[in-house]
Amino acid sequence: MRPITAVTWKPLVNLPHTPDEVAGMLRRCGVSSAEDFFSAIPGRLRPEALNLPGALDEQEMLRKTRTLARLNSPLISFCGGGFYQHFIPAAVDAVASNPEFYTPYTPYQGEASQGTLQALFEFQSAICRLTSMEVANGSVYDGATALAEAALMAARITGRRKIVIERGVNPLYVKVISSYLRYCGCFPALAKAVSVSPESDALPEEADDSAACFIFQNPDFFGNIRDFTEAAAAARKRGVISVGSVYPVSLGLLKSPGEMGADIAVGEIQPLGNRLSFGGPGGGFIACRKKYVRKLPGRIAGETRDASGERGFVLTLQAREQHIRRERATSNICTNQNLCALRALVYLTLIGKEGFVSLAEKNASLAACVSEKLKKKGFGIENSGPFFNEFVLNLPVSAEKAVSGLQEKGFLGGIPLGRFYRGMDNLMLTAVTETRTKEEIDRFAEALGEMV
Amino acid sequence: MVYFSKEHEWVRVEGKTAVIGITEYAAEELGDITYVEMPREGDLFARGEVICEIESVKAAGEVYAPVSGKVIETNPLLVDEPEQAGENPRQEGWILKMEISDPSETGGLMDETDYSRYLETLG
Amino acid sequence: MELIFEKSVEERKGARVPGGVSVPADIPPHLRRKEPPSLPQVSELDAVRHFTALGRMNFSVDRNFYPLGSCTMKYNPKVLEKAAEEEGFLSAHPYASVIAPEKVQGSLRLIYELEEMLAEITGMDAVSLQPMAGAQGELAGMLMVRAAHEAAGRVKDHVIVPDTSHGTNPATARMAGYEVVTVGTGRDGLMDYDEFIRKLGPSTAAVLMTCPNTLGIFNPAVDKIAAAARGSEAFMYCDGANLNALMGKFRPGDAGFDIMHVNLHKTFGTPHGGGGPGAGPVCVKEELREFLPVPRVVKVKDRFEVVEDRDGSIGRLSCFFGNFGVLVKAYAYILLCGGEGLELISEMAVLNANYLKEKLRRFYEIPFGEGCLHEFVLSASGLKKHGVSAYDVAKFLIDKGIHPPTVYFPLIVSEAMMIEPTETESKQTLDAFAEAMKEAAELASRDPEELRRAPRGAPAGRLDETGAARSLKLASLE
Repeated sequence: MRPITAVTWKPLVNLPHTPDEVAGMLRRCGVSSAEDFFSAIPGRLRPEALNLPGALDEQEMLRKTRTLARLNSPLISFCGGGFYQHFIPAAVDAVASNPEFYTPYTPYQGEASQGTLQALFEFQSAICRLTSMEVANGSVYDGATALAEAALMAARITGRRKIVIERGVNPLYVKVISSYLRYCGCFPALAKAVSVSPESDALPEEADDSAACFIFQNPDFFGNIRDFTEAAAAARKRGVISVGSVYPVSLGLLKSPGEMGADIAVGEIQPLGNRLSFGGPGGGFIACRKKYVRKLPGRIAGETRDASGERGFVLTLQAREQHIRRERATSNICTNQNLCALRALVYLTLIGKEGFVSLAEKNASLAACVSEKLKKKGFGIENSGPFFNEFVLNLPVSAEKAVSGLQEKGFLGGIPLGRFYRGMDNLMLTAVTETRTKEEIDRFAEALGEMV
Repeated sequence: MVYFSKEHEWVRVEGKTAVIGITEYAAEELGDITYVEMPREGDLFARGEVICEIESVKAAGEVYAPVSGKVIETNPLLVDEPEQAGENPRQEGWILKMEISDPSETGGLMDETDYSRYLETLG
Repeated sequence: MELIFEKSVEERKGARVPGGVSVPADIPPHLRRKEPPSLPQVSELDAVRHFTALGRMNFSVDRNFYPLGSCTMKYNPKVLEKAAEEEGFLSAHPYASVIAPEKVQGSLRLIYELEEMLAEITGMDAVSLQPMAGAQGELAGMLMVRAAHEAAGRVKDHVIVPDTSHGTNPATARMAGYEVVTVGTGRDGLMDYDEFIRKLGPSTAAVLMTCPNTLGIFNPAVDKIAAAARGSEAFMYCDGANLNALMGKFRPGDAGFDIMHVNLHKTFGTPHGGGGPGAGPVCVKEELREFLPVPRVVKVKDRFEVVEDRDGSIGRLSCFFGNFGVLVKAYAYILLCGGEGLELISEMAVLNANYLKEKLRRFYEIPFGEGCLHEFVLSASGLKKHGVSAYDVAKFLIDKGIHPPTVYFPLIVSEAMMIEPTETESKQTLDAFAEAMKEAAELASRDPEELRRAPRGAPAGRLDETGAARSLKLASLE
């Protein structure tokens, strides 16, 4: 037992209690020390003092975290694979660093949370407009879990268990789906042979009338622009839900999942105004046709009226959720990536309708231009059709070796596809966004040229 | 003849047909009803299986098949006015009709008097 | 207030996209969308004003007392935000961890060290920081339970949860393919031990408990329960939602718990962000280490590497390391507080809760009143005779500038109000809250109608939740 003295809390920045107040409050509770409150914990279960470093002051602490941050070296990135560096207007940071957005909890109390709720409603609306869907949730953890949740949702809608995954779906997403499905009676059906260029966009034969859903990705993992309109129609005939996973930035230009006739659209919002941050936090969205909304997991804001008839917003359809339905809930999720969704909304607002289209055009044309440049240097481009802002380079050496060589020259070159697929050891998935300058691109091409 | 289940459903037997709804007690427990998820007509249910789900703002309730049989009709009114299931549970707010497969199962249900007594035991 | 879409003016622009004029990409028409997505067209100032105005309609920890039970709405020092804003952390691409690990040694080291710190605090042997929220930490835990039983050839079909448990517990158990068996609560506010023993059996996969439980009460028989579970080859799972009560006072790993998740956004200095992002690391005993999610950060001599796949692992629940940005803040928080500081935080959190409970017991019934830790549950059922509910009291508090406590949870207390003041609130704030609660109780008997009309001074009047659920307007489309 350690008595409470002023000395003990001196290093702490965030406790307001004065010794006199503590003494008075303890008296009011009828105890002599805060230690008494813990008397229910048997002595045999009490630990020694925690073996952690002593408290640091702000300056010392920042020195330490800054030192760690500087152990990371900046790299010029030509790497995507689901995580993309895009330009972020400064106003996104300004809005998201407002404590009135980052310090509240989930908006259960509507009257005290109108700001968060209206922003959520606007986010849902923006996602619907991007994907051409009718409803969207207020985000889930990330793009991969959004896809896993969509698969489970399709299983609930159809009562079927086979989850058919098209060959072009991000292999890391496939891994996450597999972990989610492992014990809930559903199983993934994966395409066996994978090549960079798709043979067809048709519905795979595994998507028969025992399949819950058909999951596709556009642009696919290799950057190819695909069109699953016919596949979605064929799926519908067999009672199969089609789920489209999309890179939202591409939606300024490309046919949306809704236009293709998909039932559910999912994606990762990191590229919309969120930093890479070593993979998180970002967020996933799930949008769908209105008729499936009761099977949709996650927070949803809805419009309503207040007592005086003014428009207001609340969390709605809560009867789907774990705090009410417990083991019968649509998912165990009970949060969203709210602040990241807010960043995405502010980002989309600032970039705006025209800007978003020109951003997508820019990415696609820049990537095409870089691929041409590399082609001229003698590298092969594996994609046989159009791609968005990512493409597959065929190198005369192993891609792993190329990537580690590029790293020494300050580039994060791309993803060696041999990590995921057999026979692709010399292939590297390379992404180009509007953040890359002409000078960086030239140096990258040069560095690649020197390697081989 | 009207029967009642311990799960607070009422069953009105008309020949081979059972009309099913929830009782005032169940309606009170649920609060304002916002949605009734119906089974498909033609679906078969054994006694005790979940036959439909009712949602309110702060709760979700399951309706259990009080007898075994086939769903032959669901109340179309509840699509647009789900609140009727709670506000007029014995009349307009009926939920569905079933074709009874085993009439003897009504023997396991209560009559109005027994049900009132049962409610008293719940306090 | 108008939606941002309603403020849109054709041809108005906010940000300029970098890179000069864009050349149309060479993409055939049939792959293009028909119309551009109808995003808002506003200036930067329009956008900033809109979102600043929205922010003002929120209650937040930085402006309001927020005693939301079970959520640990503490104030987090601003320096933690600053620590997380380091460009080196923000710009690191996650794929660098596997293709250029030399270039992200700082991030990898932070992950490794934070895992060690959490292991020490919880008394566990290994930690994965991957889960992105408490509920996902639970999912990781339950998947590991299932994987470990299957690896050992044990057939199990259910998990046991007390009836005071969080809704996520049963929902998660189901996602791992287990049925849920519920055990009731005794008069002392603790899980009924006899009923537990009756329900525990060879097919019990795990026992999920929250320590202290959602009534804020610590179960002194916890190690006895754990021993019984072990006898049935069931794992003990600790929902760490309430760790803020116990740091340095009790480590679940010492009492026989095998798995625990920790909510970094509750206990360790990372703000809730209006619902997320948070982080829910999962901590386990040695026996379960091999089942932890991948990728794992390992230390090889003085440097850090990433292991992407491992036999036995439940696989990935996130592509990489979950919400890394949140982890930085938790790491900074632990450094700032130190071991002793964390213990003091728990003491003060518990003192604040007990002090408030003492002040409120004259006006409200406290059904499980003896000995609470960091939170307590009172019942507003005494006001029912005036036609006033916990809901009404909650709305009244909004008019007082106080965020309401958690209402109607746990389910076993009627008209429940669950209050968790946290350690960062001063005595003056607690006194003011007690005063407001007293006023609500008095108003209930004097003028219940007035209470039912609350809130009146909030950014919105009482909202029609029923209407929202019936009419379902969930998005503004074109």
